[in-house]
Amino acid sequence: MAEITTLHYLVVAAALFVLGVIGVLTRRNVVIVLMSIELILNAVNLNLVAFSRMWGNLHGQVFAIFITVDAAAEAAVGLGILISFFRNKETINVDEIDLLKW
Amino acid sequence: MFFLNHIWLIPLFPAFGAAMMFFFGRRLQKATVSAVCVGVVVLAFLFACFTVVEYTHFAHGTGRPFEKIVYTWLGSGDGHLNFVKRDGRLASFNADAGFLLDPLSSIWLLFVTGVGMVIHIYSVGYMAHEGGYYRFFGYMNLFMFTMLLLILANNYMLLFVGWEGVGLCSYLLIGFYFHRKSASDAASKAFIVNRIGDAGFILGALALSWYLGSFRFIDINALAHSGHFAIGDPVLTAAALLLFVGACGKSAQIPLYVWLPDAMEGPTPVSALIHAATMVTAGVYMVARSNAVYMLAPTAMKTVAIIGALTAVFAASIALVQNDIKRVLAYSTISQLGYMFLALGVGAFAAGVFHVFTHAFFKALLFLGAGSVIHAMSGEQDMRYMGDLRGRISTTYKTMLIGTLAIAGIPPLAGFFSKDEILWQAWRSAEGGFPYLWLIGFGTALMTAFYMARLIFLTFWGQPRMSHEVEHHVHESPKSMTGPLVVLAIGSVCAGWLGVPASFGGRNVFGKFLEPVFAQEVAASVAPREPAGEEHRGLEWTLMVLSVGAAVVGGGWAHHYYAKAGKDYPEPIAVDAPPLYTVLYNKYFVDEAYDYVFTGRRKIGDVRLGAMGAGQASSWFDAKIIDGTVNDVGWVTRAVATLSTWWDKWIIDGLGVNGPAILARMMSYPARLFEWGLVQWYALVMIAGLLGFGVYYVWK
Repeated sequence: MAEITTLHYLVVAAALFVLGVIGVLTRRNVVIVLMSIELILNAVNLNLVAFSRMWGNLHGQVFAIFITVDAAAEAAVGLGILISFFRNKETINVDEIDLLKW
Repeated sequence: MFFLNHIWLIPLFPAFGAAMMFFFGRRLQKATVSAVCVGVVVLAFLFACFTVVEYTHFAHGTGRPFEKIVYTWLGSGDGHLNFVKRDGRLASFNADAGFLLDPLSSIWLLFVTGVGMVIHIYSVGYMAHEGGYYRFFGYMNLFMFTMLLLILANNYMLLFVGWEGVGLCSYLLIGFYFHRKSASDAASKAFIVNRIGDAGFILGALALSWYLGSFRFIDINALAHSGHFAIGDPVLTAAALLLFVGACGKSAQIPLYVWLPDAMEGPTPVSALIHAATMVTAGVYMVARSNAVYMLAPTAMKTVAIIGALTAVFAASIALVQNDIKRVLAYSTISQLGYMFLALGVGAFAAGVFHVFTHAFFKALLFLGAGSVIHAMSGEQDMRYMGDLRGRISTTYKTMLIGTLAIAGIPPLAGFFSKDEILWQAWRSAEGGFPYLWLIGFGTALMTAFYMARLIFLTFWGQPRMSHEVEHHVHESPKSMTGPLVVLAIGSVCAGWLGVPASFGGRNVFGKFLEPVFAQEVAASVAPREPAGEEHRGLEWTLMVLSVGAAVVGGGWAHHYYAKAGKDYPEPIAVDAPPLYTVLYNKYFVDEAYDYVFTGRRKIGDVRLGAMGAGQASSWFDAKIIDGTVNDVGWVTRAVATLSTWWDKWIIDGLGVNGPAILARMMSYPARLFEWGLVQWYALVMIAGLLGFGVYYVWK
């Protein structure tokens, strides 16, 4: 078995990130989009914790907690927007959110 | 001085009569009307006599005028208005109700009231069977009132009041038989033609007032005699000519004489009083009154003389062939008035006035005599149907014969002295030129004798040419009519004796009386050509013999043709020169000419002829061409405005303003394609951008 280096963590974080981005870009359901955004944020967290272990200090972990708090607030706001949107349009299909269409 | 101070009463007597007739006339008896109206004129005459006697004491031969201002109309104190004219003088307007008596107006006063009185008495008999008796006498009195105002006025404005007043009375009296269209037309014609003259009069009077500063005769005479104005002064000449236009209208000279023959539509006493003795002399009076002005305007005087002479011969020629007894006398009046103006024009003012005086007597006599004839002939006025009346109405015949001899100028009757004086002065004057004026006067005298003798012969001699019915009724007129005839006949004989000139051994009372009025009579411009002296006494006698000879020849000629006139007697002129006869009989077609040129009644299609036609043409020109041009200019302005609007709307607004806007909008179409409103699309674009940056940095 090889050593599990920092690189491994970065690759996993990157993979999670890309999955998250793909989810944001491609999914029709708004709730799934929000979940994808969380995924992106968590991928970033993972990245930060990996670097924190590499450097041997806690900077990365502290920042990761910041991001987590931020993600939570953001999810709350996002869900609030979702609910308000649902009340107007009766759908959670992101393709139908095109009121700013020309 | 009682009568002089109450001179204003003289016009008021007949005014009272007129007022009485106006208010009460309808209810009064004929006798009352006669008593009142004739009575006031008699009163006026007596008063006038006493006044003139008083005046002679007042003047002591100096001829100084007596003036009585009854009411001051305008002006403060001395008649000045409170504004300063351009030349720095104070403007003055003296037009009071004032009366002036001097030798000139004394003469007029006496014969107007005297002859007026005689004619009023005559009218009592003449109008006895006519309707509208009170109306007639009311108008006659009104006429006397205005005529007296005219001659007693001390200024041009009051004179003009009288002037207009006599014109009005002339209208009322000519149109007395108003239910006859010819009469009412004649009245209108008289008034209208008169009015044309009045326009000239007003302009002349105003010109004088503007130039000399006053309307008052005394002021004007003083200024004119002061030597301040040059002889031939243009404003004075213009004023004199304009005043003469007024005189032409009132005194029936060329070209405004056309109303007088038609005025014979009125009753005969009217013709006698107004159109023979008094009203028509108003023009002569006015010119004589303005003699100071005329003496400063030789051109005007020349005009007066020439027109007077032409009128005299012109009217006399027409009278040769007229058949209506009153028409002959009407043209005779015009002709004699021409003599008077001829006299005034050559500077012989006293001679002209003298002729007015004598003419009043014999012309009134002739008209009243004609009235008597018409009365005897049951209304017939055409001489072709008269004849052989001398035995039947002998008083009328004898008096008319005297009148005829007087007008023809047979000595020692009145007309001889006055007419001869005029002819003599015409020969003598510088205006006489090559004595063509005398020649015209001489020819007129010949014609006068001829037509008057013709009148007498056709009316009183020859065979009776009337219908039996009329012949049966021929009778002499009542005493109320023949009395005045006799009085006037006496006047016609004697009146001339007042003016017998020195060369015949007379004292020329008349001329001496008038001397102060015409003091500047012999001004340089009209000085006689020959020196005074014995040689001209012989010339005077020669001319006198010639004119008497002309009268005798004229009378004899008429005797040859007419004395034995039977039914369908031939007119010599018609036989020898038919076209000439036609022209003369139709009065030279002057009335027709005036109709074509001035009245605008004649049209070709829709277009009027003459002066009115010119007006019509001008108005068409103004409406179509001038207004058309204005309209076209307006159209062009509107077209330019439309163009301007289009330019502004399409080019400026369209290209300049809207253009860029449209361009912007055009460009937005492709840009809009990016705005789908899809969040995931936006996210994709963001990622794409990020990747782009990343790739860029990695490659760096």
